[in-house]
Amino acid sequence: MLHVLLVFSPLAGAAIAGLFGRLIGDRASQLVTCGLMALSALCAIIGLRQLGEEPYTVPLFTWMLVDGFAVDWALRVDTLSTVMMFVVSCISFLIHVYSIGYMAHDDSIPRFFAYLSFFTFAMLMLVTSDNLLQLYFGWEGVGVASYLLIGFWYTRPSACAAAIKAFIVNRVGDFGLALGVAATFFIFDSISYDEIFRAAPRFADTQLAIFGASFDTLTLICVLLFVGAIGKSAQLPLHTWLPDAMEGPTPVSALIHAATMVTAGVFLVARFSPLFEYAPEAQALVTAIGASTAFFAATVGLVQNDIKRVIAYSTCSQLGYMFAAAGVGAYAAGIFHLYTHAFFKALLFLGAGSVIHAMSDEQDMRRMGGIWRKLPLTYAAMWIGTLALVGFPGTSGFFSKDAIIEATFAAHAPFAGYAFGLLVLAAVLTAFYSGRLMFLTFHGDPRADAHTMEHVHESPPVMIVPLVLLALGALLAGWVGRDMLDPEGRFWAGAIVTLPDNRVLEEMHHVPTVVKLAPLFALVLGLGLSWLFYVRSPQLPNQLAGRLRPLYRFLLEKWYFDELYDALFVRPALALGRILWRGFDLGVIDRFGPDGVAVATLAAARRAVRLQTGYVYHYAFAMLIGIVALLSWYLFVVRG
Amino acid sequence: MLGSGFDLSPALPEAFLFVAGLALLAVAAWRERQANGFTLPLVALSFLVAALLLLGRDPTPTLAFDGHFVADGFANFVKVLILLAAAGSLLLAPAWLSDEGVERFEFPLLALFSTLGMAMMVSANSLLALYMALELHSLPLYVLAAFKRDEIRATEAGLKYFVLGALASGLLLYGCSLVYGFTGTLRFDVLASTFAGKGGAVLPLGAIVGLVFVVAGLAFKLAAVPFHMWTPDVYEGAPTPVTAFLTAAPKLAAFALLLRLLFQPFATYVDEWQQVVILVAVASMLLGAFAAIGQSNIKRLMAYSSIGHVGYALVGVAAGTGEGVHAVLVYLGIYLVMSIGTFGCILMMRRQGRYVEAIQDLAGLSRSRPLMALALALFMFSLAGIPPLAGFFGKLYVFLAAIRADLVWLAVVGVLTSVIGAFYYLRIVKIMYFDEPAESFDPLPRPGLGLVVAATAVLVAGFPLLPGPLVESAQAAARSLLGS
Repeated sequence: MLHVLLVFSPLAGAAIAGLFGRLIGDRASQLVTCGLMALSALCAIIGLRQLGEEPYTVPLFTWMLVDGFAVDWALRVDTLSTVMMFVVSCISFLIHVYSIGYMAHDDSIPRFFAYLSFFTFAMLMLVTSDNLLQLYFGWEGVGVASYLLIGFWYTRPSACAAAIKAFIVNRVGDFGLALGVAATFFIFDSISYDEIFRAAPRFADTQLAIFGASFDTLTLICVLLFVGAIGKSAQLPLHTWLPDAMEGPTPVSALIHAATMVTAGVFLVARFSPLFEYAPEAQALVTAIGASTAFFAATVGLVQNDIKRVIAYSTCSQLGYMFAAAGVGAYAAGIFHLYTHAFFKALLFLGAGSVIHAMSDEQDMRRMGGIWRKLPLTYAAMWIGTLALVGFPGTSGFFSKDAIIEATFAAHAPFAGYAFGLLVLAAVLTAFYSGRLMFLTFHGDPRADAHTMEHVHESPPVMIVPLVLLALGALLAGWVGRDMLDPEGRFWAGAIVTLPDNRVLEEMHHVPTVVKLAPLFALVLGLGLSWLFYVRSPQLPNQLAGRLRPLYRFLLEKWYFDELYDALFVRPALALGRILWRGFDLGVIDRFGPDGVAVATLAAARRAVRLQTGYVYHYAFAMLIGIVALLSWYLFVVRG
Repeated sequence: MLGSGFDLSPALPEAFLFVAGLALLAVAAWRERQANGFTLPLVALSFLVAALLLLGRDPTPTLAFDGHFVADGFANFVKVLILLAAAGSLLLAPAWLSDEGVERFEFPLLALFSTLGMAMMVSANSLLALYMALELHSLPLYVLAAFKRDEIRATEAGLKYFVLGALASGLLLYGCSLVYGFTGTLRFDVLASTFAGKGGAVLPLGAIVGLVFVVAGLAFKLAAVPFHMWTPDVYEGAPTPVTAFLTAAPKLAAFALLLRLLFQPFATYVDEWQQVVILVAVASMLLGAFAAIGQSNIKRLMAYSSIGHVGYALVGVAAGTGEGVHAVLVYLGIYLVMSIGTFGCILMMRRQGRYVEAIQDLAGLSRSRPLMALALALFMFSLAGIPPLAGFFGKLYVFLAAIRADLVWLAVVGVLTSVIGAFYYLRIVKIMYFDEPAESFDPLPRPGLGLVVAATAVLVAGFPLLPGPLVESAQAAARSLLGS
């Protein structure tokens, strides 16, 4: 019951605000959705009692029953889903509350809150799924909701483009996931997690022949599932939608980046740890992609000027960390980082939203600066978020990020060394761009026009309170959640499966001191450099950018991924479409199909009308001709 | 012969109608002023009484008038439909008649005598009775078509109808004489037993030529291609209530006569006449579908629409089976309801005291008169044959019968022409619902019109819920006709 309430109250909120929003008005829509979200969050907190207990399933009802193939709606409650539910519900609730202030001047408030709640519901459905089809339902629900929210301001072409981009790029990943689900059903003859996981060891090291080639069964399934995760979690090479998704309102960005959507991929890998453990090649791929994305996104983050874009690339990068951890077998570290990251990333986004709100919707950091005195609370909150992001000792990020870096060092998996190197480098870059963001936004001389500066003000309490709560979370979540890294896996109680020879969580405690200190060095180096660049001698960045022009352009243009995709996929597809449209559809089908038939019909109609002259003798003639024709037909054709 | 044969009881309803007509005529001749008002309701009432007299009659065939008249289950069923259709279309008229200043007692009385002729047609059991009944039903119609005699369009319509009708009668009579000449009998039942006795021997060529001529004469009454030319002009020119009357009851009577002729005496020669009927059916469906597209006058459009519907009904005849007869009867029963309803709507198209007939006058009707627009949309959807409305089932029965009779291609032609036909029906719906509103129509002066339209709309929409009464009694009628 608890979990039913937890999952379905956001849906109820979405339905009420979405269907009757106009009827009950803005205020009531906000109250209903936030109230139901609060209920959901409350249930999630109560649900934490479940931690460490036996997992169980809450059956709801049968979805479909086709010739022995049964799919149920059910909620799977185990440690992993409990943690996810807690993160999703609580963060989403705070974002709902924050949105009341942030969206106060919008025209379609009920719609916004309905989408937000639906988004949350879809994510909850995803994390509590008991079988692959329900997972897929949640997965697609999240995709639809993100499309709706990114394109929320649908009168802006850029928002529509970003929404479509997010949706299409996700389709690529979702196709992989769909294939993965199909392959799983093909192999295991079931889509229920329990049965799949129980049967997984039997299929280790078996081969599956497809199109004449032979693949390791579990590797194939895991890679396909991971393709889905790549799309949803914005990893290389399907990351391009995430920065563009900034076109949505800031609370949406916070929701996408912290609680819902992008974490789904990490969750998927962790949920399927029983399969990934038997598929070392797939794990290696996860590690490689994760580490590469962590580094790549961090480099791009260095030069972005839009405050939300910097944070967006930072999300991309941090998700890379999580995948790298999962790839080397430290799923727990990945989920732990997911959990801490949710707090400080939501905090950073909402803080950025507060800044944007204060700066009259200015998002370019080059036109900010010198506002920290005017926004003391936001400033403090942002610093807490930044410190947690860069892994400052004592903050939540410190625990999880260090754990991941140590795990990659300690692991013996392929690409572990590669991952370790890139992650440490990325840590330096993270510290640098985070410092840059803070210094550019809050310090230095004001670069906004006087008019804007006059209006800079601290946000209303309804926005500040969520910030404070998230700041507390960003500071303390690490302490609270340390148990997740328990080497014996007692915390997870079987929700995450690791093979006996996977001792990463144990071994990571025995790495050399220099490795343990590496994140700290990275942090000091990165923050110090940014201080030097943006506080001490602000002319330095421009000089450097001028000196290293090609590199700067390369980073600013995000490694030219968008251009590459444009040339490789978009243009050829459009060209093909144009050929088919002009040549085939218009030229052949329309010409001889609908248009041709229509024209012929009209011509026939005109001719038929012309028969009707109005003269009686014509009519009489027609009758006589008619009877002659009938008789002739009869005499010469029928009687022959 | 006289003693035993002169039993009038089989023709009781006809006798009642006849006497009622004479009585009303007598009264009206003396009390002309008052009679203009009350004759029409009384005529409609006598139609209903006659229909009641028919209900529950013994379906076994009984002969009268020296064997020229037959009363059987088939005749009873069709007569009830005819009387109801006549009453329904007559009830549409009063408002129009008084608005146009022609509220005269002759109008309902002419309709009464025409209806009497139709009833006689249904019961005709000989070539002579056939001809006589046909003329009795036609002559009042010619007058009715020109009833507004000071209007040039109406007189033109009446004259054209009369001249071409005379030609058709000539064809029919010629056909009758050929059949009589080659078989030596006028009576249908004797013809049937003669043919059956010959055991499927080849029909004399003259007889079949005669049959084709008779069919051509009846096809004129049905307005089937190529004997349809009068239809658009007469439909458009005749007073609208007359047009409404023309579309419903006379079609039914002519079809009944055709069915009796083809399925009783000539039943053994299905193969001989089937081709002719198919040809006429296909031509009618095609012309009905194509020619209506170019129309801007809604009465003219309905004329082409009726030609098309006759084509569909003929598909059922062409099947040449009991199932086909059943399908035709169901089809006609549904069609007359739709057409009465549609003409009811057309009669509501009055703007500032003047009746308008252009399709464009319906623009934006959904906003000014939502209920009328809804009813007309229902009729249009039903005429187009869109499920779940009655018109769909009519077509379904007809096409199924054709398919079961191995005439799949005919059913395909029917479906294709329905698709083309749907265009102009849907165009009316589009004009009513999506075009910029034209000036709104006058409010209804009397409730009668609205009631008839509402009743027909309910029948059209409710048919799928309760198809039993029509479908089952049509089944019984078909069985009675085929004598099985």
